[in-house]
Amino acid sequence: MRSLVLLFAPVVLLAQVNVPYERIRDAAKEPGNWLTYSRDYTGQRYSPLDQINTSNVGKLRIAWVHQAHELDGFETSPIVVDGTMFISQPPNIVEALHAASGRTLWHYQKDLPTDLRLCCGKVNRGVAILGDTLYYATLDAHLVALDARTGSVRWDVTMADYKGGYSSTGAPLAVKDKIIIGMAGGEYGVRGFIDGYDAKTGKRAWRFNIIPSKGEPGNETWAGDSWKTGSATSWVTGAYDAETNTVYWGTGNPGPDWNGDGRKGDNLYTDSLLALDPDTGAKKWHFQYTPHDENDWDSTQTPILTEATVQGQPRKMVVLANRNGFYYALDRVSGKFISGKAYVKQTWASGLDEAGRPMRLPNTTPTAEGTLLWPSLAGGSNWYSSTYSPKTALYYVNVKELAGIYHKGDTDYKAGALFNGGGQRDYKGEEPYGAVRALEVATGQLRWEYKLFSPSHAGLMSTGGGLVFGSNSSAFFALDAQKGDLLWRFETGGGIDANPISYMSEGKQFVVIPSGHALFVFSLD
Amino acid sequence: MKLAMVCLVFGAVAAAAGTEAKVKLPNSRADLARGEKLFEHHCALCHGPKGEGGRGPMLARAKLSRAPDDAALVKVIGEGIRGTEMPGGENELSDHEIRQTAAFVRSLGRVPVKPVAGNPARGAEIYRGKGNCTACHSIQGEGGVAGPDLAGIAARRSAGYLRESLVDPEAAVPEGYLLVTVVAKNGEKVTGARVNEDSFSIHVRDNSGRSHSFWKSDLAQIDKQRGKSPMPSYKSQLSEDEMTDLVAYLASLKEEK
Repeated sequence: MRSLVLLFAPVVLLAQVNVPYERIRDAAKEPGNWLTYSRDYTGQRYSPLDQINTSNVGKLRIAWVHQAHELDGFETSPIVVDGTMFISQPPNIVEALHAASGRTLWHYQKDLPTDLRLCCGKVNRGVAILGDTLYYATLDAHLVALDARTGSVRWDVTMADYKGGYSSTGAPLAVKDKIIIGMAGGEYGVRGFIDGYDAKTGKRAWRFNIIPSKGEPGNETWAGDSWKTGSATSWVTGAYDAETNTVYWGTGNPGPDWNGDGRKGDNLYTDSLLALDPDTGAKKWHFQYTPHDENDWDSTQTPILTEATVQGQPRKMVVLANRNGFYYALDRVSGKFISGKAYVKQTWASGLDEAGRPMRLPNTTPTAEGTLLWPSLAGGSNWYSSTYSPKTALYYVNVKELAGIYHKGDTDYKAGALFNGGGQRDYKGEEPYGAVRALEVATGQLRWEYKLFSPSHAGLMSTGGGLVFGSNSSAFFALDAQKGDLLWRFETGGGIDANPISYMSEGKQFVVIPSGHALFVFSLD
Repeated sequence: MKLAMVCLVFGAVAAAAGTEAKVKLPNSRADLARGEKLFEHHCALCHGPKGEGGRGPMLARAKLSRAPDDAALVKVIGEGIRGTEMPGGENELSDHEIRQTAAFVRSLGRVPVKPVAGNPARGAEIYRGKGNCTACHSIQGEGGVAGPDLAGIAARRSAGYLRESLVDPEAAVPEGYLLVTVVAKNGEKVTGARVNEDSFSIHVRDNSGRSHSFWKSDLAQIDKQRGKSPMPSYKSQLSEDEMTDLVAYLASLKEEK
């Protein structure tokens, strides 16, 4: 066992791991690392690295593969710090890997109860790092702090009772001295929240209840007691603007998903973008994309912070292609709507009004017989990453052109049980397809598209090498970011439900995508 | 909610449910009425309004091979059956609704079933002889591969559906048998069933059973003939009695092995 012990204790290498807040804030200074979920706080999922570029990406080859220990969805977005990669793995594992070779440095596994309430698999989307501590949110709704050098537990706190339908699947966001984390459980009649924890002690510093309590502004948008079981989750990582000290976090659908009869009203703050103070959790503003949603169009995807000139004026914006089929650009200081435009086929709204509120068409809500609508419940896009490249000033999104037949059903609430109120099946009358689309960031105007055979469920990353990496089914590929031409592809042999990242180690640029039950890592030789 | 993993999750939930010793189905008049309504919306398209079968197997029978007990039936309705066209209903139905639907399905089995007419032995002769069905269809490894394997077809398709397929093969082309014609840039042309396709390649099996694979970048044209079938109609080729006997033979193929 001696050699094994040595393998798992590379003290010299790991002694380097220390990521104070300032390093994440100034991530632009170290393009070779990937220090937070989207690489930096902007949510852009843009890597400035250009060793792999349009002229040589065709020579990209497998560098190493890391097999997961258990067979379940692999959605991790790795963190890479100074030669060490940190990943989460289904269902309850965190590992440190040597970023150049893929060899395992340490392994942490959490005991999980057997009666978890999970809508969508034993998935996890990654960890956060702050200082020399990793932060990991778990399927039984705990937040765990691990020593980044060894994987040993520093603290473990309960966020909520999993028996009530609560879980957590997203990567936390480390901001200054706080660890900010959301939760999942939107199909179980939970009441959603976003929490801020003291990074050192694990003590909860604040909680923002996404559904306001009785007497608070916004509670009047819920009929009766429906707010108590209205879902409104927060299961994907947000973005942060250090200049205004604002965290931007998306929220999930109201519950029950497909039957809104018992929750008349706009159902604030579901399907919204929240601007929060990371020190206190206080709300600065909100923008609701889909009032009174009955189509399960969560708006939890990571928002992207960027700047653009609109009608001659420079604007600080927060943008995203929403699951409801519309692309939105908001003023990220005021939360006011700047522009919006459908980026996929949609048949439920006549458009957006001047404030950005959708104008819903009649006869577009679920019925017992089924209501046919574009987009499907999976949305025009979904939780996975869009990307923005400062080099091209374009926003890239992996879209789904797919319709759904929405059914209304029962809404009996029982704590910890599914609370859907109906469902949806895919419409097969028109062949669905996917595409990577490049949109002008200020307007959502289509610049180009690369058509895909089927709708994808995986994210994009843009790079300084002029590339956009993406996935379709089991294929991982690279497109020319300017023109959308296919430059490289690789068949992974497993379904891809994850976002790519890129990093440098030992002088080489690597590109990473989880697929099936393995992590695939590519480099030029 | 995320869509992609729903089936897996429900699998976990249903697996947990499957550990229950017994499932009790609701059996009030209101439950059965609701179950009938749900069946009408979610199941009848394939299984027929009275469970008489169609694209999906007949459910109006006392014993269901995939659902020997009520717990198994609830699981099948919730999860679907992997490797078949039967989808899981958990995305559309609550746990209670699944049980109401199951209760209605069980009630269908209490109604006497009309036997299939015709002489299966004579039908077997027509299948191998005059009908030349073996040219394209296989049963237990014997026959061609251009069309679907017919071993155990009676467990998946009703007699009515089989008759319709013989009379009008294009009334319901089975999944996985999309007829395509691909034309390569070098002029090579292949027609057959699409075996696989993604953004970059397409794979076609021609009527002789030979597989052809193409990179899409090498192709000049892909023509997808939705709703088209290479199978001829037997309406004018067989007499009414011969048709009845052939259906009787196919309806006797209940075991896959």
